[in-house]
Amino acid sequence: MLLSDLDWSALWITLRLAGATVLVLLIVGTPLAWWLAHTRSRFRVVVEALVALPIVLPPTVLGFYILVALGPYGPIGQFTGLTLAFTFWGLVIGSVFYSMPFVIQPLHAAFEAVGKAPLEAAWSLRASRLDAFLTVASPMAIRGYVSGIVLGFAHTMGEFGVVLMVGGSIPGKTRVLSTTVFDHVEVMEYAQAHIISAAMLLFSFFVLLGVYIVNRKFPIHVS
Amino acid sequence: MSRLIARFDVSYPRFRLHVDVDLPATGITAVFGQSGSGKTTLLRCLAGLERSPTGFMQVGDDVWQDETRNRYESISIRRIGYVFQEPRLFPHLSVRSNLTYGFNRTPDQERRLSVDQVVEVLGIAHLLDRRPHKLSGGEQQRVAIGRALLTSPKLLLLDEPLSSLDSERKREIMPFIQRLYKELKIPIVYVTHSLHEILQLAQVVVLLRDGKVVATGPLTEVFSRLDLHRHLGPHLIGAVVDTAVAEHEHQFGLTRLEFNGQSLYVPLQSLDVGQPLRIHILSSDVSLAVGPSATQTSALNILSAMVKEIAEVDKATVDVRLDVGCPLVASITRKSAIALGLKPGQRLYAHIKSVALAEDATD
Repeated sequence: MLLSDLDWSALWITLRLAGATVLVLLIVGTPLAWWLAHTRSRFRVVVEALVALPIVLPPTVLGFYILVALGPYGPIGQFTGLTLAFTFWGLVIGSVFYSMPFVIQPLHAAFEAVGKAPLEAAWSLRASRLDAFLTVASPMAIRGYVSGIVLGFAHTMGEFGVVLMVGGSIPGKTRVLSTTVFDHVEVMEYAQAHIISAAMLLFSFFVLLGVYIVNRKFPIHVS
Repeated sequence: MSRLIARFDVSYPRFRLHVDVDLPATGITAVFGQSGSGKTTLLRCLAGLERSPTGFMQVGDDVWQDETRNRYESISIRRIGYVFQEPRLFPHLSVRSNLTYGFNRTPDQERRLSVDQVVEVLGIAHLLDRRPHKLSGGEQQRVAIGRALLTSPKLLLLDEPLSSLDSERKREIMPFIQRLYKELKIPIVYVTHSLHEILQLAQVVVLLRDGKVVATGPLTEVFSRLDLHRHLGPHLIGAVVDTAVAEHEHQFGLTRLEFNGQSLYVPLQSLDVGQPLRIHILSSDVSLAVGPSATQTSALNILSAMVKEIAEVDKATVDVRLDVGCPLVASITRKSAIALGLKPGQRLYAHIKSVALAEDATD
């Protein structure tokens, strides 16, 4: 077997990181996406721009700020005494920012497509706000959730700059697949780099293929 | 008698709704007006989807909004059924689950209708296991009505429920709406801009224009008010009369209708004697004659009448409001009016050239 234990641990760390990131983003992103879809506030455009920022920002810039924020002299370190830089949870925080648009934008679009009309109908049928959200808006926005989860997961797996800046690619601790490829190439281990790269290429392709097939096969009928 | 009392004053950038109405909370009340007159906004205020900062709203003993006492119940607390212009069925649920959505959220002791009963009244038993998007527009709207009914509302609000349907589907749903108040005794506020629907369904009319109530009252009275007469639509309705079938004259192919001691003949009807039938008469189909020479005519429908009011429409035309046991408006030429020497209090005869059944009215 060409791959070492450290390569396998990188896979495990990557999956855990992507899973944790998506989970955090669903919890934080759902109310934020809901707010974006329904608010008339002037600040909506500002928040929209902030959410989209990671798409255009160089990952190293984002990573740099998060590294500073999470370091011993950053705000979090000053208040709690915790240094999250170069730890798994530091990676999760970095990834949450990095993958934020890929979860929130599909949710936002889905909630917007659902609109207010079915909610008003649900309220008139005696459903409370939360009830209507859970039993009408969420199931109607299911495609947004599927897209958000899949894209958020895949995009977190594919990140490089942020994890390198915040995590430092410490083997067995913060080294993920993408940084493993880089490390292998650095020491001319092309065979290992090939295996991991090909695996990630296929994984990404089939994930996206799956998303598009699901979207095409199960269109939401909005009457 | 149970009343529906509502006072709203809400302003929007280009529109203000300012209404104060006290209506009977029984039967069907039609809110009538052109698009942009505030019909839907009024309905949304009644439902609690829009909030008038100084509003008041009461149905029977239930006060759902009284801003002077800081009282405002949200729509999910108010016992109101709302049928929107478009059906708004939940696409991810079957027809059955759509119907039971509100039913399941209604406490046992408040339920007055069963699912079976509503399914029967609306004739949707064969649709229960389908998805909403497989239904026709008329079927969807019936499910939407049923879904609202199953919350056992104290007031049912219908916002142009027929406007998105073709005339075939309209004819299909209209009888169901009539059955709602006849069999289920739920008061209905019905928003529409269709004269046809009003003539067929309404007992009481609220006429809205530019966010204000222009007139409110029983259908027959509002439609015979001369100051409103020319604003009610292209067909100048002279009278809407609720009659009862008195007898059938099979040998002549006629049915005699009775109302307030007067008789009218219409083509033979399939209704039983004693059954109610609403008819309307266009004001241009009424001509007037003084004296009993009226008995020497081929006209069949002659009503004894008393002149109540005369209003000049233009140089050539006048509208005359008559009392024939109910209000009736005649549109005649000014020349004839002068020739007859018409004045209020005068007794004469109204010849009715044509009587239309409300069911056959067209838009």
